[in-house]
This record gives sequence, structure tokens and C-alpha cells, in this order.
Amino acid sequence: MKTLTLSLLALSAGLLVSAPAAADPDYRKMAMEMVKRDFQPKGIATLDRLDHDALQTVCNRYDNNPPEQLMKLMEADQLSTVKLPADGKLMGDWKAGDKLAQSGRGLTWSDGLGTAVGGNCYNCHQLDPKELSYGTIGPSLLKFGKLRGNTAETQKYVYSKIYNSKAFNVCSAMPRFGHAGALNEKQIKDLVALLLDPESPVNK
Amino acid sequence: MKTTVIAGCLALMSIGAFAQAPAKPAAKAAKKAAVAAPAAAAPAKDAVSAGIDQYREMLQDGNPAELYEARGQELWKKVRGPKNASLEKCDLGLGAGVVKGAYVQTPRYFADADRVMDIETRIGWCITQLQGIPEAEVKKRPFGSADKPSEMEDLVAYVITQSQGMKVNVSTAHPKMKEAYEVGKQMLTLRGGPYDFSCTTCHGEDNKRIRLQDLPNLTKKEDTQRAYVGWPAYRVSTSQLHSMQWRINDCFRQQRFPEPKYTSESVNALITYLAVSANGAVYNGPAIKR
Repeated sequence: MKTLTLSLLALSAGLLVSAPAAADPDYRKMAMEMVKRDFQPKGIATLDRLDHDALQTVCNRYDNNPPEQLMKLMEADQLSTVKLPADGKLMGDWKAGDKLAQSGRGLTWSDGLGTAVGGNCYNCHQLDPKELSYGTIGPSLLKFGKLRGNTAETQKYVYSKIYNSKAFNVCSAMPRFGHAGALNEKQIKDLVALLLDPESPVNK
Repeated sequence: MKTTVIAGCLALMSIGAFAQAPAKPAAKAAKKAAVAAPAAAAPAKDAVSAGIDQYREMLQDGNPAELYEARGQELWKKVRGPKNASLEKCDLGLGAGVVKGAYVQTPRYFADADRVMDIETRIGWCITQLQGIPEAEVKKRPFGSADKPSEMEDLVAYVITQSQGMKVNVSTAHPKMKEAYEVGKQMLTLRGGPYDFSCTTCHGEDNKRIRLQDLPNLTKKEDTQRAYVGWPAYRVSTSQLHSMQWRINDCFRQQRFPEPKYTSESVNALITYLAVSANGAVYNGPAIKR
């Protein structure tokens, strides 16, 4: 894992030299340096949050549209970070999942360390048709399980997608909830159930 | 009227609705139709958005930002600080003492300070230079609360109100302004933090929402114009006036970033990008929002 990340970094560094940048490199560099100077830690939001990992570096560098070869390597690397549950069960409780999907809290400087982190789902997605207050940054997930089928393969995909969205769409707008340590195994299982359980309102 | 507004407000809040409305200039009901026009340009209406529109209309009928403006005017003229001076000789870019029209021409490069300053940065500069009040004091509590607004919020409300009816007109002719604009534009797309968010994660496409909150596409002129003249604003849900520096600060909070320092180059670069993109828009604030 570590080796792959490092070799990817080397590869992306190589491409950085050879490929033309989407943005003017000087202003981009100035913006990054300025941010480093001008931000201060507050509450749980510490300054290490300004450090870019390999994925953020690549997405920033290529305006969220990296070359095909790099994209495939990065996605494979992100997929390798996904830790599937040891017990092999990917479906939890859709009711707990729906509660989690409603909450947009967590990880801001006004949240405490003890703040329960929400799934943020309704911020960007339509899920339960009865919930009218949903966002549209992500696709509608209405009837997701009904359309996709509740197969072992789909469960694995949904679990992995929530754990690390970038494994399937390298510069996706969606956070890497599991990878970032925002949601734990049980919580992701509950969200899988919200999307795939035939009894979930999402599939009614 | 107040009861209706509150009832309408509660009804909409209960379903998590958000509304945005440009402000009605003080006692200028005649302008109401023209001011409300941008909001009416929304796409096809369902029951929820029709409710939001109705709420927006009700918000037009009184803007508590006027109280901030009155306090700010008083504070502007008040003699205080170690130098026993008022702010009446403050140069906001159009010459010492000229307040009218100054806001819509900021951010601006100020040679005396050798930096790009937005309106708050400049007001703070005048407080330190003219009144001799230390910078640390100015920056101590820039964002107030509903119970206790900050002096800066009052001063901002006064200054920006003196640009009502004027067009945003921010020049990038000075190299430092051009640089601030370009750096701000880059900052807009810079991803980072635990959720990999940039400004454009939410503000980079047309017709997107978080929950029911419409999100301006800040890479497009028309949306940026509407967004820019919508701040500073009095927010009904927090019962207070929020400045542009606060607006950017709270965006970074929601982005899960650490905090940008008040009136720092970074915040001013972003505001410069937004202002230049909004050039030509008529300013009628302070706005009033959900």
C-alpha cells in the first residue's frame, strides 16, 4: 500500500513536469502558499488539514480530470484502502442508517471531538421520497436497491463507495467517509441497508 | 405583519427550507418589484419553492440591518481612541471622508497600506491609523452575536448602505488587484481537508442545492453577481447581520478547513475574485435572508 502510494506520487510528479497544467501554475502555487500562511487551527480543525494527500494533489493539479492512466492507478490505490467488515456482513439497520443520513454534523471547528458525525447524505442526495429537503449535488438515490438489486456484489460496491468514493470516481465530490475516519464500520453498514434493504423507505 | 413573518418563517424552517432575498432599500417600496425580480428568475416551481418565494416576499417588508446602519453612523462620527478622532476623515478609496459609493469599489489596492483591502480591512485600518486603536483590539471580536453585535458589523452596515443603487465596479488595473483576483480564483477550486472539499465542490455547477438551499455557481458571472450583492446580510435565523468576511469564514468552517485569519490576504483574494466577477451588478444591500 505504502509503496503504491509512493510510486504513484513519483508517477504523478513525473507527469506534473511533462503535462500542461489546467490552471496557471504561478497563481495556483501562490494560492497554496497563501492558504498555508493565513489559516489558524480552531477547535478540532487543526492545520494538518491543509496538507494534501496524493489524491488531493492530483485532483487539484488536473482540475479534477487527471489523465486516464493516472486516474486508473489512483482509483486502484483508493480501492486498496477499503476495509471490508471482518464478519462479511455488509448490511446493517436501515432505520439507524436513515437517522445517520439526516445528520450533516461533524468535523467542523464548531463541532467537538465528541460530536456524532453524520452521514451528510440528504445534503446532496434524494433518498426517502417523503423527505423533500434533499440536495442535488449528487445523483438521486431514489429506489436505489430496487433498481440495482440487493446482491452481494451491489452490497460490496455500496459499502466500498461510502468507505472511499474515490475508488470509483477518482475526483468525485463525495467525501471518503470510511477512509477519512468519519464513519465507522457499523455506520457504513447501516447506510448500505438504507440504500439496499427492500424494507427501507428508499425502495418503497 | 411581524406575526405573519414569524409564522411564515417557522413554517418554512420546520421543513428545513432556506430562502434568500435581496434587501429592500430603506423606505423605497417603489424599488420593491425591481429588487425582487432576480429571485423570480428561478426554474419551474413546485409547492416548496413557491412557499420559499412567498417567504422571501414577506422578508422584504422590514430589514433590521437598518438598526445596525444607524448605530454604525453614530460610531463613525464618534470621537474616540488615543488620538481622539472620529472616522470621518477615513479614506475608503475615493478620498478622505468620502463614504458614498466607496463600498462598491472595494476591494481595492491602497498605496498607503501597500495591500489589497476589502471594506472591513479598510475600516479596520482607519480605526488604527486615525483613532490610534491597536490592531489587536480591532480584530478581537469582528463577528458579533444576536445579543451583542460587533462594532465592525455596525460600521460595515453604515458604509455599505451608502452604496445603495450603485453598480459594483472593482478594477483589476493595478497589478496587486490582478494578482488578488487570480489567486482568489485559484483558491476557489483548491481541494483539501478531511472531506476533500473546495469552494467549487458546492459552488461549481449550475442549479445545485444543499438540502433546499440553492447554491450559486461561483464560476459564472450571473450567479456570482447575485451571490455577491446578497452579502453582507441580516439573517433571520440567527437574528444578526453577517459581514462578507464572516461569509467566507463560515464557508471554510463548513468545508471542514481550519480558520482563515480575519481580513487575511487569502480572504481578501477570494472577496476580490467574487467582487470582480460581480462587476456591473447593482448593489441594494444589506440583504435579508432566511
